[in-house]
Amino acid sequence: MIKFILKRLGLALLVALTVSAISFSLLFMSGDPAAAIAGETASGEDIEAIRRIYGFDRPVLVQYWEWLLGALQGNFGESYYFKLPVADLIAERLSITMTLGVCGITFALVTAVPLGVAAAMRPNSLIDRAALLLSVMGQAMPSFWFGLILIVIFSIQLGLLPPSGSSTPIHFIMPTIVLGYYAMPAIMRLTRAGMLEVLSSDYIRTARAKGASEVRVMFRHALRNAIIPVVSLAAVQMGFMLGGSIVVESIFALHGAGYLAWESIGRNDLPTVQALILVFSGFYIVFTFLADVLNAWLDPRMRTA
Amino acid sequence: MATTTDPLLEEIQGPTPGQLLRRRVFGHHGLMIGGGLVALLVVVAILAPVLAPHDPYAQSLLERLQPPVFLGGSWEHPLGTDHLGRDYLSRLIYGARVSLMIGVIAALISGLIGTAMGVAAGYFGGRVDMVVTFLINVRLAMPVVLVALAVVAIFGGSLQVVIIVLGLLLWDRFAVVMRASTLQVRGREYVAAARAIGCSTPRIVLTEIMPNIVNNLIVVVTLEMAHAILLEAALSFLGLGVQPPTPSWGLMVSEGKQMMLFEPWLVMIPGIVLFLLVLAINLMGDGLRDVTAPENRS
Repeated sequence: MIKFILKRLGLALLVALTVSAISFSLLFMSGDPAAAIAGETASGEDIEAIRRIYGFDRPVLVQYWEWLLGALQGNFGESYYFKLPVADLIAERLSITMTLGVCGITFALVTAVPLGVAAAMRPNSLIDRAALLLSVMGQAMPSFWFGLILIVIFSIQLGLLPPSGSSTPIHFIMPTIVLGYYAMPAIMRLTRAGMLEVLSSDYIRTARAKGASEVRVMFRHALRNAIIPVVSLAAVQMGFMLGGSIVVESIFALHGAGYLAWESIGRNDLPTVQALILVFSGFYIVFTFLADVLNAWLDPRMRTA
Repeated sequence: MATTTDPLLEEIQGPTPGQLLRRRVFGHHGLMIGGGLVALLVVVAILAPVLAPHDPYAQSLLERLQPPVFLGGSWEHPLGTDHLGRDYLSRLIYGARVSLMIGVIAALISGLIGTAMGVAAGYFGGRVDMVVTFLINVRLAMPVVLVALAVVAIFGGSLQVVIIVLGLLLWDRFAVVMRASTLQVRGREYVAAARAIGCSTPRIVLTEIMPNIVNNLIVVVTLEMAHAILLEAALSFLGLGVQPPTPSWGLMVSEGKQMMLFEPWLVMIPGIVLFLLVLAINLMGDGLRDVTAPENRS
C-alpha cells in the first residue's frame, strides 16, 4: 500500500511539474512580454528597461526555475493589471470557487445517487427512463445557456433568486445547480451500472434469501459496494468542475477564481493566468490522487495497477 | 455467389450479418432520431446560401429587435432580428456551418493525435505506454476551458485558431479508448498469425488492429464532436472564441444576453438549436455503440 502511494505520488508530482512548464511557456507564446507590459505607446528604451526589471533578458530556463521556486513558496509574481501579488488575488477569490465546487458536487451526488439507485431497482421502468432522459439532456445542455434560462425563469419572471453576486447563500443556489448538473449524468450512470452489477451477485441473493428487507438489501448490502467507484468519480468530477467554474462564475458574476481567470485573460494579465492554470490543475491532481488512494485502500486489487 | 431470393433457402440460412446490422440500425430509435437530426442539420449547413432568407451579415438599423413570428412578428423575419437588425433565422442557418465545421475538424485533428498515441501505447506497451499514459495524465490535469481561452486570447479569436486549439486539446478520450481497445485486440491469434508470416508493424496496425477497433473510434468521434461544439459555444459566449460578426450560436447567445430582460427569445432560440445538435450527436453516438456492440446493449 505504501509502495502504491509513493508511486502514485511521484506520478502526481511529475504531472504537476509538466503542467507548470506548459503554463510557464504561455508567457513566450504571447510574443514579447516586456512590450505587453509597457503598453502600445512605450518607447524602445522603456521596453528595454522593463525587460531588465522583470528579468525577461535572462535565459528561459533560469526564469522558469525562479518562477517555479517562487510558485512552490506561494509566490506567483505580480499581476500586470492590479500590480498586486498574484497569490493574494487568488487567495482572496478561491473561497468562493471552493464553496461553489463543494456545493456543486454535493448537489450532483444528492440527486444522481438516489436516481441511479432507483433506476437500477427497476430497469426499463418509468423512473429508469426519466433518469436516462435527465442524464442525456444534462450531457447536451450548454452550461452557459442553462444558467441564462435559470436567470430568465427565477430572477426575471418569478423574481425569486438574485441573478448575480455572492453576498448570501441564496446567491449560490443557481450556480450550484448549473455546475452540479454538469457532473450529474456521469455519476448517475455509474451508480446505476454499479448497482445493476452488484444486485445480480450471489451475496445479494443470500441477503434476500435470509429474509432481509428490500431497503436493507439496497442500502446495507448493494449501495455500499456500488458506491466505491462513484466516490472516486466524484473526486475526479470535482477537479473538472473547479476548472469549469470559469463559465458558471462569469454567468452569475460570482467573483471567484474562475471569474478572475476570465478577467485576467481578457486583460492579458499572464502571471495571474499562469498561476490560475497551475492552481486549477493542482486541485485536479490532488483530487485524482486522493481518489486513487481511496480506491486502493478500499479495494486491494487496484494496488497493482 | 449469386444472390438468392428463394424464401425457403433464406429461412435455412438465416439473416446475413448485413441484414442483422440493418435491422439493428433501423430498430434503434435513439440512433434514428439522432442520426436523422444530424443529417438534417448537415443538409441545412451545406445548403445555407439557398435556405437562408436573408444575408446573415446584412444590418438594418430600422428593423432592429423584431420579434419572431410566434411572438407577433412578421414572416419577413420568421425568427425576428437581432440588435443590429440582422435576420435571426439566416444567422442561425449559417451558424450551423460554424458549429459543424468546428465539430468535424476538431474531432479529426484530436482523433488523429489520440488514435496514434493510443494505438502506439496499446500495441508497443512498455516505455511507449508509460510515456503516453503520462501525457494523458498531464492533459487531463489541465483545465480545458481555461487553457483554451488563454491560448485563443494569445493568438486571436478566429475560426481557425479555435478549431486548432480544440483539436490539440481534446485528444485525451481518443487516446484512452484506443489504448484500451488495442490492448484487447493485440493478443488475438490473428495478430500473432500476421506477425508470424512476417507482416510489418504498420501493416499489422492498419489491416489487423484498426479494423477491429474502429467501431470504438467512431463512438468517440461523435462524443468529441459534441464536446468540441459545446466548447466552441462556451468560448464564443465568453467573448474569447469566434469573433463577431461571424454567426456562431454561442456568440448569438452572448449578444442576446444584453437584452435578455426584455427579449429572452434572443437567448432561447440559438440555445435550443445548440442543445438539439449536441443531443442529436450524442444520441447518434450512443446508438452506434449499441448497434456495433450488441452484447453491451442494456
